[in-house]
Amino acid sequence: MIRQPSWVGTLSGTKQIALNTNNLSLIGFGRLGLTLRPQVRSQLTYLEKKEVAARIAQITTRHELLRFEALREGLEEEMDRDPRVCVMGEDVGRYGGSYKVTKGLAPKYGDLRVLDTPIAENSFTGMAIGSAMIGLRTIIEGMNMGFLLLAFNQISNNCCMLHYTSSGQFTIPVVIRGLGGVERQLGAKHSQRLESYFQSVPGLQMVACSTPYKAKGLMKAAIRSENPVILYEHVLLYNLKERIPDEEYVLSLEEAEVVRPGEHVTILTYSWMRYMQVAKTLVNKGYDPEIIDIRSLKPFDLYTIGNSVKKTHRVLIVEECMRTGGIGASLRAAIIENFWDYLDAPIMCLSSQDVPTPYAGTLEEWTVVQPAQIVTAVEQLCSS
Amino acid sequence: MAMNRIVSSSSSISNLHLLRSLSQPLLRRPFSSHADDDKTILTVETSVPFTGHRCEPPSRSIETTPKELLSFFKDMALMRRMEIAADSLYKAKLIRGFCHLYDGQEAVSVGMEAAITKKDCIITAYRDHCIYLGRGGTLVEAFAELMGRKGGCSKGKGGSMHFYKKDSGFYGGHGIVGAQIPLGVGLAFAQKYSKDNTVTFALYGDGAANQGQLFEALNIAALWDLPAILVCENNHYGMGTAEWRAAKSPAYYKRGDYVPGLKVDGMDALAVKQACKFAKEHALKNGPIILEMDTYRYHGHSMSDPGSTYRTRDEITGVRQERDPLERIRKLVLSHDLATAAELKDIEKIFRKQVDDAIAEAKESPMPDPPELFTNVYVKGFGVEAYGPDRKEVRSILP
Repeated sequence: MIRQPSWVGTLSGTKQIALNTNNLSLIGFGRLGLTLRPQVRSQLTYLEKKEVAARIAQITTRHELLRFEALREGLEEEMDRDPRVCVMGEDVGRYGGSYKVTKGLAPKYGDLRVLDTPIAENSFTGMAIGSAMIGLRTIIEGMNMGFLLLAFNQISNNCCMLHYTSSGQFTIPVVIRGLGGVERQLGAKHSQRLESYFQSVPGLQMVACSTPYKAKGLMKAAIRSENPVILYEHVLLYNLKERIPDEEYVLSLEEAEVVRPGEHVTILTYSWMRYMQVAKTLVNKGYDPEIIDIRSLKPFDLYTIGNSVKKTHRVLIVEECMRTGGIGASLRAAIIENFWDYLDAPIMCLSSQDVPTPYAGTLEEWTVVQPAQIVTAVEQLCSS
Repeated sequence: MAMNRIVSSSSSISNLHLLRSLSQPLLRRPFSSHADDDKTILTVETSVPFTGHRCEPPSRSIETTPKELLSFFKDMALMRRMEIAADSLYKAKLIRGFCHLYDGQEAVSVGMEAAITKKDCIITAYRDHCIYLGRGGTLVEAFAELMGRKGGCSKGKGGSMHFYKKDSGFYGGHGIVGAQIPLGVGLAFAQKYSKDNTVTFALYGDGAANQGQLFEALNIAALWDLPAILVCENNHYGMGTAEWRAAKSPAYYKRGDYVPGLKVDGMDALAVKQACKFAKEHALKNGPIILEMDTYRYHGHSMSDPGSTYRTRDEITGVRQERDPLERIRKLVLSHDLATAAELKDIEKIFRKQVDDAIAEAKESPMPDPPELFTNVYVKGFGVEAYGPDRKEVRSILP
């Protein structure tokens, strides 16, 4: 359903769209901040789009930063706003965090709010959950996602079940930050992708951030959420640069984002996979892919995904999880269940191989999905 | 070997003579007036002295009032009655799954409650029915939860192992052995954060005392000076494994190494009260402390365990005769002439009726409705507000 814009008047022959609360449906939160939803954008002429962009630029001022700085900004703003927010993790305090996300927070907020823990994931995750039972909003940093496996009991059995088994008496508003993904030859145990293990834990929300804009917005949303949230941060993206608005903003935890609207095929991806730069290659080859960053890994935003499937009728899922039981597998099942009638071709899912990540550079490359594979897959899909 | 240690650790009969000489002169007073008589202080000695590790143990002589002694008796009698009733309900298949009974260990709950306020937090594992009662839970809610009804404290969705009462500081009720200890230390952290001047008692058993997360949490608590008191309810058997078969060092109060510890006779409610008071003062000043409550459970580990394959019936009856917490308080009450034996029997009869009435009322409570299956998985409606830099709010609420 395309929402019709309401035309307020004309200005030198072009239509001016009033940017007020009534027309919120027109505004989306895109990569550059405020933008028009794709359905609306396609209805405007080139001059109209320039006008709207100018209007939006007037509203927001921007500053440029790297993704780890964006995360830190979000964290700092939330810690300023709510005195109950505290961060717990290994080397988050004096050392500043293994990826500098919490640098400078310990001198500012003190030892009791930015807590350096010993290497005891199981117990400090349990402690964060216990403190959340009383009312603190703790953020747990797993220095590497794989270490969170040591805390799996606390996360699965305590964190996510307490709201249910106490029938609402306790809420556990923790944020678990999982830093991980396949980086430059870190080896098998430090290249874990835990999205697949945690996705079936009921009571948990999972989001994956990619760009600085999304990282800050999702971090703030996760801290404000009353549910336990796992925020997946891919380590390769920490130095990604972007201009983000100066004003405060919070993104929605359950929304997916259409990064590049298109007509031929829907590419569903999240976290690092977005930066495969396939879009250019595909456009050069004559395809028009619609790339969606699904962002919310649990629950899936089937509204946005469904609209896209209904438009393009072809789906390609690109992910970094293992093939068996990964996010792609669940997403595929969800799409088939809900949008079977709209599919013109079987859903293709490109995921990492079901192997522990090897150290050797060439082998590691073959473990994850490469751009060439995506192009081949799109060609296959569109030809059938 | 274990049996000798348990039976010989106290002989209350010989101590009665000691008690008589220390107490007030004997006066026959009618039962009802004692409830108002707060001025009388009775000094009672514990059965065995406290043993300290890295700390000066508190004194053996404890001051108490007639009112307190009688309340101890009443609370423990009610708890005992409730657990026995739960036993029959389980055998009648009205309670399913796991049911871990606390009879024999009531003194720990009752003594602890006497030393602390409702603002202090208690967190325990799955043997939580009596502690829930001690924290202010009602019989009806307890039985309804055990039977899986809507009127239960967790609306029937938790079961025997998940009793909670947040408003009176009872944080459960946890199924996984040892996982509640980091939670308890986290509660202590939040208490220190909010500068509440309250403490957390994290209870665990001798089986959980060998869990790694205990020592991890203890390390953090000692590092950060958290007001956490770890209480080991040592009933000497981790399900079917005796403590000397599971732990190289069954002196659990010493296992904290750098953390002070105190060994307490867990069948003596007054000793427990003294130890908890001491521990609370210590924790608020100096950080964590371990209390080991030397206690015993008459039932097996749970209802599926007869309790006699790994210990002899003689041992169980021996402890029941020598160290039963209810009997100890009964003897104290009788020796100080606070009530007659007949009056105490009447109280027990009244409680028996109360428990039966509560069970009947709990049975009336309906089973949860099918839509309840999906409630409280997430906090209702997700409800996170999202807004862009222009401050226009978009609220996402899923159906």
